[in-house]
Amino acid sequence: MAKMLPKTDVVIVGSGWAGGIAAAELSKKGYKVVGLERGKAQVREDFIGSKDELRYDSRKVMFQDLSKETLTIRNTTDEVASPNRSNDTNAINGTDTGGSGVHWNGMVYRWLPTDFEMLSKTVEKYGKDMIPKDMTVQDWGIKYDALEPYYDKFEKATGISGEPDPLRPGQRSSDYPTPPQKETEIIRTFTKAAKELGYHPYRIASANLSEAYTNPDGETINGCVYCAFCEAFGCDFGAKADPIATVLATASKTGNYELRNNAYAVRVVHENGKATGIKYVDTETGEEFIQPADLVVVSGFVFSNTRLMLLSEIGKPYNPKDGTGVIGKNLTAHQRNLTHTRVRGFFDEKKFNRYAGTGALGVTMDDFNVEQLDHTKLDFLHGFCLRTSQRGDRPISNNHVPEGTPSWGPEFKEKSLFYANRRIDVQQQNGALPWRENYMDLDPTYRDVFGDPLLRVTSKFHDQDRNIVKYAHQRSKELLEQMGADYITVPDINEDTEFDKTSLSDHTGGGVIMGENPETSAVNNYSQVWDMDNLFVVGASSFPHLGSSNPTATVGTLAYRATEGMIKVLENGGQLIQDGKETAAAK
Amino acid sequence: MADKNTNKPENNGQVADPSRRNFVKNSGIAVGGVAGGALLGGLFTSQFGKKDDKKSSSGADKKPEKRYEEARMFFTRFADFAILEQATERIFPEDKNGPGAIGLGVPYFIDKQLAGPYGNNVKDYRQGPFTNGNGTAADSSLNRGEIIINGLRKMSDESMKRFDAKFDDASEEQQTEILKDFEADKVQLKGISSKAFFKLLRTLTLEGAYCDPLYGGNRDMEGWKMKEYPGSIASYANMIEEKEFIKMDQISLTDYQPK
Ligand SMILES: Cc1cc2nc3c(=O)[nH]c(=O)nc-3n(C[C@H](O)[C@H](O)[C@H](O)COP(=O)(O)OP(=O)(O)OC[C@H]3O[C@@H](n4cnc5c(N)ncnc54)[C@H](O)[C@@H]3O)c2cc1C
Ligand code: SF4
Repeated sequence: MAKMLPKTDVVIVGSGWAGGIAAAELSKKGYKVVGLERGKAQVREDFIGSKDELRYDSRKVMFQDLSKETLTIRNTTDEVASPNRSNDTNAINGTDTGGSGVHWNGMVYRWLPTDFEMLSKTVEKYGKDMIPKDMTVQDWGIKYDALEPYYDKFEKATGISGEPDPLRPGQRSSDYPTPPQKETEIIRTFTKAAKELGYHPYRIASANLSEAYTNPDGETINGCVYCAFCEAFGCDFGAKADPIATVLATASKTGNYELRNNAYAVRVVHENGKATGIKYVDTETGEEFIQPADLVVVSGFVFSNTRLMLLSEIGKPYNPKDGTGVIGKNLTAHQRNLTHTRVRGFFDEKKFNRYAGTGALGVTMDDFNVEQLDHTKLDFLHGFCLRTSQRGDRPISNNHVPEGTPSWGPEFKEKSLFYANRRIDVQQQNGALPWRENYMDLDPTYRDVFGDPLLRVTSKFHDQDRNIVKYAHQRSKELLEQMGADYITVPDINEDTEFDKTSLSDHTGGGVIMGENPETSAVNNYSQVWDMDNLFVVGASSFPHLGSSNPTATVGTLAYRATEGMIKVLENGGQLIQDGKETAAAK
Repeated sequence: MADKNTNKPENNGQVADPSRRNFVKNSGIAVGGVAGGALLGGLFTSQFGKKDDKKSSSGADKKPEKRYEEARMFFTRFADFAILEQATERIFPEDKNGPGAIGLGVPYFIDKQLAGPYGNNVKDYRQGPFTNGNGTAADSSLNRGEIIINGLRKMSDESMKRFDAKFDDASEEQQTEILKDFEADKVQLKGISSKAFFKLLRTLTLEGAYCDPLYGGNRDMEGWKMKEYPGSIASYANMIEEKEFIKMDQISLTDYQPK
């Protein structure tokens, strides 16, 4: 029997960006907030002196412990799914205080106005026939202009260093809080080539700050020292905007926030259509507890959010056969063996300081993004950014050699040493649109350590997904030719290229998506569950699809909006978008 | 290509200005602030105070040190370890650039890794049924330690069968031929594909060549030196904008981590 704890105003699952923002905003308002985090406690001091590629990058110690819980994966509904057993191939999920926000790179992008009205804009411009039969693309139920103030708020909370995109004039209400980071020879080479080709490069906005900054809540983030141990690491210098340095610190300062670590949420407890709390397991003692609360926030990232909804039997599970139901719907990802691939240019005569860098040090351009393209001439929808970034190459994970070189032995050694610092990579990041049979449900076979079914992912690539990447690779190749690369390696994407099931990626969306009404979505544009007014599911699980760049600014944006909604519900209760419910009922 | 493989002589020994004053100025860190004076103090006294410490450089006059950490903690049979030594050396051989896997301590690195949590798949999902889903080392019902032992013994069997010689007595060409067949999945192994075994062996070899020396590989930071990788440098703020390549002295965690 689970032990019942004293009631609090709000209980939040997860302490990443989504849960952290909710914690800060609610506790500042005076509400008593309990955070439940499955991973261990961690503080800034844990990251000092942690420049160890094997421990953090190869062994992925900051990532989810898969011995407790993992995903099972298959490509199609007639296959048996197999578990993603290790983090070796592609770690995705954060755990421990701060979640993935501690070991992210810090690339910060706003998504495009079209992203939020993807269905109506496409139909308006090209007609209904433009949308492939099995593509379940839809609008978000909110427009860019309504979200802009929250993007701004996220950027100010995190002190983002950047410069505006020349192709998007008038879309920002204010400048980035801090100027771009320093420029490197790799950035100069890319920028020059892109300008020569008539494109509009600009610096990637970065949460690795160019200078010390104090945010509106009074939290200070230091200036980055370009130490090159950013991705997969916590920042040694307190220079990366992460939840520990910002929102969790703000929440703690109020005295109203209590974070419980090693607290694994297993159910949303509910009664008569109202959430009453969270049931969790203390993984240090094995005891079960129920934390009751007036308002419940689930912000454990896409997979936990979807799984907790399914396990708790809230909302109608999505059925890919007839398209009914919503929980588990519209799973999309920037997938590792497609979207995350890179076109690599090798230079015989040029040597760059590749060992130095930061997570988000780079240059990008939107000349091929959705709004810049005429899709009638193309075999895909949406678009992509092209960019290069200099994270600081670490020697275990960077042994790239020109095509045709063996992957071990004398020639490999010679060339991997020779080209170690003679390379520029161009990467595309493209919009990922949803498909009818790409979804999540509960696995019939595999269970977690608590005996509950694992979350099952069904996902395959379609021609659209491959075509966009193939097209982007050619544009990357042209850029590298302009830069003067001697050898260019283009990843082989052909019709057999399929999601390789290794795992998804850190850019995954869907499962508990937002939308205009409860027939087509699980939450409204405040991330409030249509069917349960005092339950909010926050994070990338809300995305009906993925935009053509990194997701976290949009996660933060939706989280700031969600907390406004939470405060209204705590004050007055009720459904915030009554229209949506009524429209659906009228149909 | 060989002639291009050296740094420009004028860049030799050039390092970014490591002075604490410059570092603090450029990084925007307030000493005593969030990062704290202890961090900076620790980093800079240990990192730059040991410049003249000849023990950690690899001069020709160096006396070979006794390496107390180089004894087997995972492998029980020396015969298995001897195969591992040769196999990793074929993957990452000694050449004019510098040492190969054996010289870098890779076999002992692998021995230690397999004895620990990684070799035992401690953070992996291990519940059945095992279907060998993606054919990776984690998908096998064997743990990584068992996979390596089985694979090495199979390599030995193949060598006896083909060349009537133990793997470690076979010629380099013969050893390479066997490894290539494993890589191409042409050999039957129990519990895992020979391709997945080879992939694990290759990964471990590169990890051992380039990890921080604290793990027993990358001996004397020779792997990093060959790659012109500086290691655990505190800050590149002073040189990140440079156009030309800058060669630096290597720093290991022994020197970096504050006490
Ligand atoms: C290596 C890496 C690099 C990245 N780089 C970038 C980048 O450059 N730019 C960008 O925009 N994005 C990047 N991302 C993605 C970014 O980190 C995520 O979008 C973001 O952190 C999501 O925030 P979140 O709060 O929704 O989820 P998370 O950060 O995943 O936080 C969720 C928290 O909930 C906890 N939790 C989950 N389930 C439970 C449960 N059942 N009980 C209790 N606690 C639970 C988890 O332990 C975790 O701490 C990167 C991610 C990774 C892994
Ligand atoms: S590169 Fe900058 S932000 Fe990243 S870990 Fe180093 S100091 Fe921190």
